[in-house]
Amino acid sequence: MAAPEQTRPAIELKGISKAFGPVQANKDISIRVMPGTIHGIIGENGAGKSTLMSILYGFYKADAGEIFINGTHTEIPDSQAAIKAGIGMVFQHFKLVQNFTVLENVILGAEDGGLLKPSLAKARGVLKHLAEEYELSVDPDAKIEDLSVGHQQRVEILKALYREADILILDEPTGVLTPAEADHLFRILEGLKREGKTIILITHKLREIMEITDTVSVMRRGEMTATVKTAETTPEQLAELMVGRKVLLRVDKVPAQPGRPVLEVENLRHVDESGVERLKGVSLDVRAGEILGIAGVSGNGQSELLEVLGGYADATGTVRVNGQEIPLSGPGSDGRARRHGGIAHVPEDRQHEGLIMPFYAWENVGFGYHDDPRFNRGLLMDNAALQADATDKMKRYDVRPPNPWLPASSFSGGNQQKIVLAREIERDPEVLLVGQPTRGVDIGAIEFIHQEIVRLRDSGKAILLVSVELDEILSLSDRIAVMFDGTIMGERLPDETDQTELGMLMAGMTGATQSRSQGAGHA
Amino acid sequence: MDRMPAWADAVLVPLFSIVLAAILSALVILAIGENPVEAFSLMVDGALMRSAGWGYTLYYTTNFIFTGLAVAVAFHAKMFNIGGEGQAAIGGLGVALICLFIPWPHWSLALIGATLGAAAFGAAWAFIPAYLQAKRGSHIVITTIMFNFIAAAVLNYVLVNLLRPAGAMDPATEIFPQATHLPSFQDMFAGGGSLFRGAPANITFFVAVLACVAVWLLIWRTRLGYEIRAFGHSETATRYAGISTVRITVVAMLISGGLAGLMAINTTMGEAERLVMNATEGAGFIGIAVALMGRSHPFGVFLAALLFGFLYQGGAELALWTDIPRELITVIQALVILFTGALDNMVRMPLESVFGTLRRRRSPKPAPTTPSE
Amino acid sequence: MDFATILQVLDSTVRLATPLLLACLAGLFSERSGVIDIGLEGKMLIAAFASAAFAYYFSQNPVAGIGPIWMGLLMGVLASLAFSGLHGLASITFRGNQLISGVALNFLASGLSVLVAQSWFHEGGRTPSLPDEGRFDGIVLPGALGPADAEAAGRPLSELIAQANPIQQIYSELISGHSILVYVAFLMVPATWWVLFRTRFGLRLRAVGEAPEAVDTAGVSVTALRYGALVIAGVLCGLAGAYLATGLQAGFVREMTAGRGYIALAALIFAKWRPWYALMACLLFGFLQAIALRYQNIDLGAFTVPVQFMDALPYILTVVILAGFVGKAIPPRAGGDPYVKER
Repeated sequence: MAAPEQTRPAIELKGISKAFGPVQANKDISIRVMPGTIHGIIGENGAGKSTLMSILYGFYKADAGEIFINGTHTEIPDSQAAIKAGIGMVFQHFKLVQNFTVLENVILGAEDGGLLKPSLAKARGVLKHLAEEYELSVDPDAKIEDLSVGHQQRVEILKALYREADILILDEPTGVLTPAEADHLFRILEGLKREGKTIILITHKLREIMEITDTVSVMRRGEMTATVKTAETTPEQLAELMVGRKVLLRVDKVPAQPGRPVLEVENLRHVDESGVERLKGVSLDVRAGEILGIAGVSGNGQSELLEVLGGYADATGTVRVNGQEIPLSGPGSDGRARRHGGIAHVPEDRQHEGLIMPFYAWENVGFGYHDDPRFNRGLLMDNAALQADATDKMKRYDVRPPNPWLPASSFSGGNQQKIVLAREIERDPEVLLVGQPTRGVDIGAIEFIHQEIVRLRDSGKAILLVSVELDEILSLSDRIAVMFDGTIMGERLPDETDQTELGMLMAGMTGATQSRSQGAGHA
Repeated sequence: MDRMPAWADAVLVPLFSIVLAAILSALVILAIGENPVEAFSLMVDGALMRSAGWGYTLYYTTNFIFTGLAVAVAFHAKMFNIGGEGQAAIGGLGVALICLFIPWPHWSLALIGATLGAAAFGAAWAFIPAYLQAKRGSHIVITTIMFNFIAAAVLNYVLVNLLRPAGAMDPATEIFPQATHLPSFQDMFAGGGSLFRGAPANITFFVAVLACVAVWLLIWRTRLGYEIRAFGHSETATRYAGISTVRITVVAMLISGGLAGLMAINTTMGEAERLVMNATEGAGFIGIAVALMGRSHPFGVFLAALLFGFLYQGGAELALWTDIPRELITVIQALVILFTGALDNMVRMPLESVFGTLRRRRSPKPAPTTPSE
Repeated sequence: MDFATILQVLDSTVRLATPLLLACLAGLFSERSGVIDIGLEGKMLIAAFASAAFAYYFSQNPVAGIGPIWMGLLMGVLASLAFSGLHGLASITFRGNQLISGVALNFLASGLSVLVAQSWFHEGGRTPSLPDEGRFDGIVLPGALGPADAEAAGRPLSELIAQANPIQQIYSELISGHSILVYVAFLMVPATWWVLFRTRFGLRLRAVGEAPEAVDTAGVSVTALRYGALVIAGVLCGLAGAYLATGLQAGFVREMTAGRGYIALAALIFAKWRPWYALMACLLFGFLQAIALRYQNIDLGAFTVPVQFMDALPYILTVVILAGFVGKAIPPRAGGDPYVKER
């Protein structure tokens, strides 16, 4: 590559700021990305990474700041301008037309002329060429809805390359991929880099940053805290930059005192609406006074496991609570019956499942338990009792602001989660199901939430924890089961395993013994 | 985004919408060469300045309360029931059968019987669309539209072929027996005088007011109402909570259909005292405007129904004394639906920015909020 | 039932299917772009009124060079377009509820048409009967028997056709002799198919009804595409309304669409949002209307099918289809949702 180009950044952002109402999503951000490099942007949920990239792709207009592409000052008012400037973007949630073929998706918006036939023929040729060059083979005539997630992502990359993008932005590209698919993706990215493309990788996973990027920028609370060469940094240092203080890797807790099995699951099978078997014979048990952590890449059946146990998906198999078998389909298998049977559930998606966002906090504190005699007087509900109960719980769980007359939507993620936790834990359940307890939750609330879960464990309850955050699994669990493709790949004790071994299991590989010697995983 | 207080959203948005609709209607009246001020005063004279005018206004109000509540209850469950017209028509059939084939000793018992019959028939007509929505995912808007037409055909068939007295030309039933005739406002309040003379308002108005109270209790004070509202806001959350979505969909629509059916007591038993074709006269559709304007709240529905009752009676007066046909009311109704239901964002946006400016002026520092991504 | 009767029923089917077909294709364009349109009825109605009113006006006050019927057609289409624009404003620009907007437009048309008709013509909310130059004539195709032949022979046309050979009968009765809008409507079917599946516009239109975010991120304006679809829908509904008032009948009467917009909507669902199926569905529903129009009750020996059943049949069939018992009708995925940018 020619030397002058080396010195001129492919992308340069100067002083980008963006506010949404009172929220400052991006604060005076400047960044330089050299051509032919892979540049990582890392930060927690809500750090402002996606906002920044959306500005670069013309989805949002920055309040202030300038964008330079290959040294030229460029205005990007919309996606069209971004495409023209040679920028391609692979969104976290793919932007594909499900019932179109791969070819149709690729040419959409980049057609040559008014008729489709020549465009399709041309695209077919280009795709063949790209497939050979970058390990990007996809059947051009397949419908998107028939493709795996990994292949759909390739279509997104092909779309960008077909538009002759020189700069490719990928937003959390591995969140939905298996480790094998992620490896394949990284090989594709390496290939693109060799051809001189510039790649920006947005992620919150340190391992990916260390593995593939040349340089890395860290974002925290809308600000760019550092940009460093990847080779000159360590995961620990990045993690610190990311969260602003030493990460508490271990939760303070006494060793578990597991008692008798409270939740016993045998050969659990579940087929979803489209006929795919999501649980393929899952067996596990959770004892009194222990936390069983379920690790796994999202989409491997963890959500379905929670849904079945929580009572809103049918299944076959056997589930016992305190030795008593509970129905898995038909009458008596819904969420209400589960609650009466001593199973409480903090769902993965608190905004769509755990809470009714327009309902007041006090209405939410009764949600799911609204048929409790304490909240009813004859035919009518006893709203005063609900309000008193909510005020009390919100105080004890330090929900801020402690006002039961605010709708759930006006609380922050952490405080919303506290409302759900208060509701579920304070019922004194035998079993607590917890899904992604700290997703989208601010750091301060994470500690509180973890402590509450441990406190419930210490009071002798059985807890089933599902999280895609391996750190969370490792620090909270007393025992870890790894799920892959609807099955339990194996169980480990947190003290006797590490991220590498768990990662192998999560990728569906059982021969994990040799890899354990390869050393500790990243933070 | 600038949010405005809940009260402003509930009061100012409908108020602005009605003002906009009024301005546009005035322009329409001007455009057809009439004087809007004169037209309005004619409407007020005809609908509000005489007791008989009130008697008509409240008669129409009664209809619109029922159909407005019907649409409102469905709205709370996030369903758009356009089938009020058909449900009311079939409700009328229920009233007719109850009145014609059961020998009632007294109107009060007949009223109870007819209430049950009208509600049951209206609910039954809503059941199939509700069931198909809940079980097969068939869009309730489309199915209820289809059921309006099917109801019209059914009623037509029943009146022409089955219930028409021998020798009669009219597709209508015979006059209901004397014992089922409901007391009109004149019977109740005139004491032999001329108060409410000839006006069709009758005791059903009080049934409608009771229905408002009952719906308020249902929606905000009962478990079922709580579940209906929860379902309306988030279907996934109700599944999580173990609330049967099928049950809520069907029950909410049965209540909605039942309320629409109740309207038939007023028109069929209270006014015509027999079942005629097209007894609903579009009241099922006006319920949409009423529910939207009333923000699906029973008190709002009551006020909006009163407004439309006035418009309806005033419009009839206009048609009588001027060259402005009754369809003017249809235009106003359309504009109200448009502004409160479809163009509500257009009305809301300027209001929101006004409130945003006010708030900023009051507290110059924006409150810190957790960034959301 | 003899051959001539069958032909007459089929001929009537074609005429009655025409407004349904135009409205159905209008709905197809709109809904394929993700904008649900239950305002087809209203657009047709306002177009029927405008076309009849202006066709009448220009037949009384002729403008040299332009036939009054064409002025009527133009005004009908413009009126329908104005309604389409309003629907777009509500459902695209202001992201309002598309269903409610459609309902509102239906009432607006229902009220405005009568209001204005009364104000202009004082005939109880209708337009005066249109003279011949304010109506669409039947077009006699080459070689077919037409009014000219009847005049030359000095006998009624129906008699002339009845005596011709069967091929000529079909040709003259069924295929020839319709107004130009009938032929336009039927030609719109292959045209719609071609636009939808063979052109760039069609690809983008289908995409925006399925996944507007894909269109947006590909740098194509969702708003422009949807407005484009509504313009086409407006024109087609305008043609449908004009045909009702100036082709099928000779003037506007109140509520003259009589639920045809809803039948077209039903046909659209029945057709699963595809142009050729739309033709089939509209012919079927047109046939049902033709039968109901010709026969009051149909005696099938064992029992009689009442006319009301025939009236309700399109709606019943649509409910059956919607229920998914006979093939599932899957609407465009993004239908009904206003587009909001999301990352």
